[in-house]
Parts: sequence; structure tokens; C-alpha cells
Amino acid sequence: MAKMPVTLTLNGMERAGFADPGQNLLEFLRRGLGDLSPKYGCGQGTCGACTVTIDGETQLACLVLAETTEGRTVGTAAGLANGAELDPLQTAFMDHFAAQCGYCTPGMLVSARALLDRNPKPTREDIIEAISGNLCRCTGYEPIIEAILAVSEGRTGP
Amino acid sequence: MNARTGGFEFRKELFADERDDDLNEIGKRIRRQDIEGHVTGRSPFYDDHLFDGLLHMRCVRSPHHHARIGRIDTAEAERMPGVVRILTGKDVPQNLNTLLSLLDFGLDDEPVLSVDKAAYKGEPVAAVIAQTEAQARAAVKAVRVDWQPLPHVLDPEEALKPGAPTVCETYPGNAFVYHGKYDHQKLRYGDVEAALRQADHIVEGRYQMSPIEQAPIETCGAISAPEQNGRWVCYTGTQALFFSLGTASKVLNLPSSRMHFIGGTVGGGFGGKVDSIHEPLSILGAMLTGRPCKSQWDREEEMQVGAPRGAERWYITDGVMNDGRIVARKFTGYFDGGAYTRLTSYAVIKGVGHLPGPYTIPNVYADAYCVYTNRTPATAMRGFGITGVDFAIEAHMDKVAETVGMNPIELRILNAYRDGDMKAHRREAKNCAFIECCQVVAEKAGVTISPEARAASSKTGGGGERARLPAFTATDEHGRVEGFESGSYARKGGAPAAPGIPAELTPDRPSPPTLPTARPVETPPTPAPAPTTPDQEKPAARTPQRRSGAVRFSSISGFRRR
Repeated sequence: MAKMPVTLTLNGMERAGFADPGQNLLEFLRRGLGDLSPKYGCGQGTCGACTVTIDGETQLACLVLAETTEGRTVGTAAGLANGAELDPLQTAFMDHFAAQCGYCTPGMLVSARALLDRNPKPTREDIIEAISGNLCRCTGYEPIIEAILAVSEGRTGP
Repeated sequence: MNARTGGFEFRKELFADERDDDLNEIGKRIRRQDIEGHVTGRSPFYDDHLFDGLLHMRCVRSPHHHARIGRIDTAEAERMPGVVRILTGKDVPQNLNTLLSLLDFGLDDEPVLSVDKAAYKGEPVAAVIAQTEAQARAAVKAVRVDWQPLPHVLDPEEALKPGAPTVCETYPGNAFVYHGKYDHQKLRYGDVEAALRQADHIVEGRYQMSPIEQAPIETCGAISAPEQNGRWVCYTGTQALFFSLGTASKVLNLPSSRMHFIGGTVGGGFGGKVDSIHEPLSILGAMLTGRPCKSQWDREEEMQVGAPRGAERWYITDGVMNDGRIVARKFTGYFDGGAYTRLTSYAVIKGVGHLPGPYTIPNVYADAYCVYTNRTPATAMRGFGITGVDFAIEAHMDKVAETVGMNPIELRILNAYRDGDMKAHRREAKNCAFIECCQVVAEKAGVTISPEARAASSKTGGGGERARLPAFTATDEHGRVEGFESGSYARKGGAPAAPGIPAELTPDRPSPPTLPTARPVETPPTPAPAPTTPDQEKPAARTPQRRSGAVRFSSISGFRRR
């Protein structure tokens, strides 16, 4: 089977590549377009390490066929910062020690950003619900929740 | 003075005499040095290194717990699209290894790719290298292996019984051999049997815990590629870069100077990334194909094949006086090492070194076995060797408290180590704070404890009589095995001896007066508290061996601590 040309908007930039037949969006982003921020953790939609947004909705890139994203808008953790200027969530994650090994962090941040975009003043329960699809084996959930709360409440610093 | 910072509460006053009080970093939120990479998605995990023409390696695995391998037919798989090469055991230069051989601890017992038999479900017997992962997966299914299933054993106590299937031919008794002569680790301190006879109560318990998978979000793997000047570069998620380098060097029979290992960014390890599985395999793939090669577990393999913290089973028998003093404690422990040693031999040493928990008990006895079963091999995992037996000890303490009708916190305070006490492994207890921890726990939990327990201190009441070694320690020779040399922890003397046939002993070791039977295990599954007549002998001056076990022990534990 032939490779499929796929054109999409990734973190605000138009990008194009060739997807292998049956290739998932995770592999296409990583190997095809060189965005290494989404991570492989399970390949079966369980761990959330590959969380991205498609047209603003959080999706698991390992469960999305690359060719179905033709013409759509994809967001990853690599697009959270504006140049050298970090997203307040990224700064809060740094200040609150909300990452240990860092492998779940990109997916966690994408889920958190999507939450704050649709609900700038989430409750603690809203936050827990929003990141419930993102597993952190270092079990750093508490600092992660704190970091997201801090951003929503406009607090800065540790 | 209590300092409260972000959930931490300091009780520095408890340690004011012992420690530098100037602890000014703990409890502060500081930025990790690698955190910016983590939050921007730029931290370089091993799989974030892209190579043109990357090949993918997938293993053919045993569907059986235990099976002889007949023919491995790769002909059809080799003709499949994208398949570049299929490796079997004969392609591995040194296809037998044990991880701790780098520390001269244990015998080579595990093939990289099995040739004669598979001893656990999921054991790799061939590795397919293909242009895409999907092609490698398809070709794995096309490799025909003539499996001849063998009887298997999945329970450590069953594995030690006479007639149990031999899991790993290197250790025919299904137990690791310590000091070249024992099928278990021993701790002997005082006379447990005599103390049990004098105790007011005997409290027995059986405790076990299942294997625990480390389950890092990043699965284990490595990517290797030809580098310049006859070297191979290896990007790896290993937790132990130089350990993996040494292992690859041995398995590939290649000087370490010809390998360039790059790691340090680990997507969660928890002990599960020390086993150095993928580094030699991916380098071998790169060597034999001349192209970049990735070996990576998928999630299913991580869970099924990835070595967990092994299961443990502990039997504890305590002799307790009416006032709650524990006067004797006897352990029999079984560590389920799975099919190969990996790090379980060491876990047992750690576990025994930890006994009898943080308590001053004048008579302690322990036999702990590193047992082979047809399960996934076990390895390191967050305090392995300690957490399992601690669970058993602390559950048992509650049982003891219930038996003598005492508050469990008071029971712990009564029996806790105090500064100056002699521990069962013959080191003086220092910097103790267990009593103080118990007092804080009682306070926080709103548990009322007696004025005596509240007034107790780790700093007073220890030493003196409690610092003295027992006048008599009951020793025995059970568990002695033949066919191994005593010059190392376990080194086979000459040709592998059939069980029961004494191998030629080294000149510096006189033959023991009695030779054990084929299956050296004599301990009944349930330790009997009834006064048996143990095979005791008065402590006699022993001729020091050339390389004493004590020296080897400290070198091993020292390695881990540093």
C-alpha cells in the first residue's frame, strides 16, 4: 500500500508528511514530523502520555489514524511555549515540582491546558477529572494538581 | 522548633544531638535541574533519537512456562517483507550471563536468546529485525518453534520439594547457592529454640506478597547504531548506564571502549531498568545489520516479560513474654526469583541483613531462600528485599500485640532498638529514632499510649546488657550443598555435579563430615514451633576462608548504597 500524504496544522504551523498505511498519529508526529513531545507509553489508549489536541479537543494520538487528521489542527506540548516564553502552566509545573521523570509531563500539560482553555476557574475536582486519563507512575499527582490550581488562581512562584 | 513547609513537618529536636541541625534545603521547593526539558517536551529520552533507516527488533517468545526448544524454523519469516535478519542464540557471542557476575556474584545462568529450553512464559528465543515494527511483528508470528512443554513449577516452596522440575540447570536444587555451600542465607543470633521453649506465648504467622511490576510509563528499550571508528553508539533508558555497558561488553565479547553509551534520561525506572536486556540486543542487531536498530518492549511485554519485584513468602514464629517483650524471633523466607537469578540473590542478602526489623530481640534465627520457579525473573524494585519482609514483620507485630493484649504502638516502643543495642547482625544500633516516630504516630493518630511509652527515648535504656552478644549462638550446617566452591558466593567446582554426588572439593576446604542428600532443603514448609532437636554444634573457631563471605557481602551492599 502506498504512503498517504497528510497536511495538517501543528502548533500553528502548516506541516506535511507521508504517513505509512495504518500509522497512528503518535508515530506520524514523532517520526514523520519530528515533534517528539508526545510519548509512547502503551499504544492502547491507557496511559495518556501521547495526549494531544485535535481541533481543540484532547485526543490520544496512539488511537488516531494519522490520515484522519488531514486538514485538522493539532496541538502538542511542544507548542505550549511561545518562543522562549513558557506557558504559565509550564512555569507552575517547574515551581511546584510537578514532574519527576518527566515522561507523562507533556501529555499532562496538554490535558491541563485544554482544561483551562474551556474552564479558567476549575475546581480541584474538575482538575482531577481532567487529568484522570494521564497516568503518572512517579505518583506526582498532588503537585500536578497544585500547579494547575495555582495557574487558575493566578498565583505565581513556588 | 517545628518548621512547616509544604506538607513536611520537621522535628529537628529529635535528632539535635545526632545531626547537623543546619538542614536548610529539605522541604523547600527547588527546581529540578532537568525540569525545563520535561515541561517543554524536549528532555531526550532514548526513543527521542531519530535515525534514518532505523530497524526494529521484536522477539519470538515462549508461550509456555517451561518447554524444551526443538527446531527453530525461521525460513518462512526470513522471506517476509521488510525482514532484514533473524537472530538466535548462536548469534550471541557470550550467550550466558548473570547480571551480578560483574561483581563476581553468582553463576552465569541466563541466555540472551534461549537455545535449549525456555524456563518462563515470554522468554525470548529469537529476535526478528525488520524495517518497520509491523513487519517485525508479522515475521515473529511466522517463526516456527518446535516447543516440547515440560512440567513447570510456579510456587517457591513446591520448587524446593524433592522431585520438583529443575527450573534452571545451573542450580539443580532450584535455589541460589550462597558462599559456595549453602542453599539459603542464614542469620543465627542466640538460641531461638531454647528461648521459644521459655516464652509465655508462641505467635506464628505466614505472610506473602505478589510480584509487583515497576510499570514505568516509558517502556524499557534501547537504540543502537554504528558510530565512527568501529564503535557502536547506544541510546538507552537504563537506570544503570555503566552496569548496562559492562553487561553488553561481556555478552557481546566486545571491549567497552568500542561502545558509546548515552543515557541518563529515564522515563521512570523504579528498579525495572537495570536488567540490561535491550542494550546488548540492539547493539548486536546494529553489528549484524550495519544499521541503526531499536529494541523496545511494548506495554504487554513490559508487564509480562519485564522483571518485577519478586513474590515473597515469610513464616515468622515469635516467642513473647506476658509483658510484651519479644525474646525470640524465627524466620523462614522464600523469595520467588522466577526462572533466573537477576538480582534476587542480592535481594535475599538485603532482606536477611534487615532482620529482625527495628527491634532488639536477643534470639534471632532466619533462613531465606532465593528460589527458582517458572515465572518471569524478578529484579530490583523500590526497596526490594526489604519492603516485603517489613510488611510481614509489621503485620506480625500487630498479631503479637493482639496476643498479649497490648496497644500495638506500645508493643513497638517496648521492643524498639535503642542507641547502643546490639543488633542481630552484630552491629551496634546508632542514631535510633523509631521510638520517637512511634510517639509521633500515636499523637497524630490520636492514640493514647501509656506514660511509660510516652516517656521512652531511643537515647536512653539501650546498651549495657542489651549491647552484649549472646553467650551462645546455636549454629547448624543444614542447607549445605555440594558441587560448588566456597571461594566465591557461588562458583561451581569443576563440571556441574549431579545433585547428591559430591564434586571434587578445593584443596583449602576439608570435606565436611557429613554430606547432605540430593535435595538439600530440610526445612518443613511450615516451621514448627515445637522444640525439635536442631542440628546444633558449639561455635568452634573457623578457619578463615581466603575470601570471606563478610567481605563479599559488604562489597555488594556497598555497591548498592553508593
